[in-house]
Amino acid sequence: MQMRTIEIVVGAFMLAGLVSLALLAVQVSGFNVGREANTYTVYARFENVGGLAVRAKVSIAGVTIGNVAEISLDQATAQALVRMEIDSDVDQITLDSTAVILTEGLIGGKMIGITLGADEAFLVEGDEIDDTQSAIVLEELIGQFLLKQF
Amino acid sequence: MVSYFRQLGQFLIELISVVGRAGSVWWQAIWRKPELKNAGLIVRQVYQLGVLSVVITVLCGFSIGAVLALQGYNQLVKYGSESALGLGVALVLVMEIGPVVAALLYAGRAGSAVTAEIGLMKATEQLSSMEMLGVDPLQRIVAPRLWAGFIVMPILALMFSIVGIWGASLIGVNWLGVHEGAFWSSMQEGVDFYSHVMKGIIKSIVFGIIVIWVAVFQGYDAQPTSEGIAAATTRTVVYSSVAVLVLDFFLTLVMFNF
Repeated sequence: MQMRTIEIVVGAFMLAGLVSLALLAVQVSGFNVGREANTYTVYARFENVGGLAVRAKVSIAGVTIGNVAEISLDQATAQALVRMEIDSDVDQITLDSTAVILTEGLIGGKMIGITLGADEAFLVEGDEIDDTQSAIVLEELIGQFLLKQF
Repeated sequence: MVSYFRQLGQFLIELISVVGRAGSVWWQAIWRKPELKNAGLIVRQVYQLGVLSVVITVLCGFSIGAVLALQGYNQLVKYGSESALGLGVALVLVMEIGPVVAALLYAGRAGSAVTAEIGLMKATEQLSSMEMLGVDPLQRIVAPRLWAGFIVMPILALMFSIVGIWGASLIGVNWLGVHEGAFWSSMQEGVDFYSHVMKGIIKSIVFGIIVIWVAVFQGYDAQPTSEGIAAATTRTVVYSSVAVLVLDFFLTLVMFNF
């Protein structure tokens, strides 16, 4: 085959490789450049995060508005400190909102649901949600149930 | 008993000398002076090794994606979680099956051809004639094949994964009736570019190096007879397939921190 043709075919092959990489990044892994820049950080303390994972969803009314960036232990209070990154578009979360750890479906992963309050002031970068409700731990529920029985 | 030890020692010395020869081929072909005037040869080899392997790679990728979707759907639907099909297929293809099966196909399709070609050049004394003419066969014949081999493997593995995922979506969404939005969104949520896709690409780069290195060395080191070339071609496919599968285990162990 002509060298010229080979060069063109090889070029097309390399381009196909790049296109595959781009498809894998965008369509498969949902890679989104610059999404991190358009978020703000909000903290919440929980008695028990029970299986909440980093990258878990944060939602209001079931709509995803951000994700969990970091979970650490606050040694002074022995509580879990959760750092959440919320999309900048969602800038009207009231200061007295409640953060609850929910389960997605019956056997799904854990997520954080935020219920808005009635305050006039809104959460900004670095604020903390005071009103929180921990994950429901099945073992504790069963334990309470058993204690009531006997 | 003594003869047993003698054989063992002979085997070990032979093994070390093979590794030494393979290393010296590597060293002299690649890590000496890269010659830009050989770029045209690399393009030709990318065509031989890569472009001609596209059809078989795409065909196998599609079939494997389709069969993963079928099998996965039948298991997941029992738990009512068939929407996780996209996630499962994509993770398996991107991290494991894409790089590994593409490398096995590559060893069979391209590696064996390289071994046979170089082996025949050696048997017909083309390599020694080149040396007589003052052309270094390691620079002229071996180096372009090694470089082309490195470039080609990740591209083939990426194509394999993409076509596999497409095949899975075709079977899962269009035929078995998994919800299309759930199929793609579960995938996009669970697959991370750096911790999954990049690790698959790293694997395929390592596999590409191993397969083409084995192929080139087996050809270069073949007995210059027809039986020698036949044996060398077989060894290329066997050694590189085994090396890919064993290395895959260790790479997974190291990269995914088990």
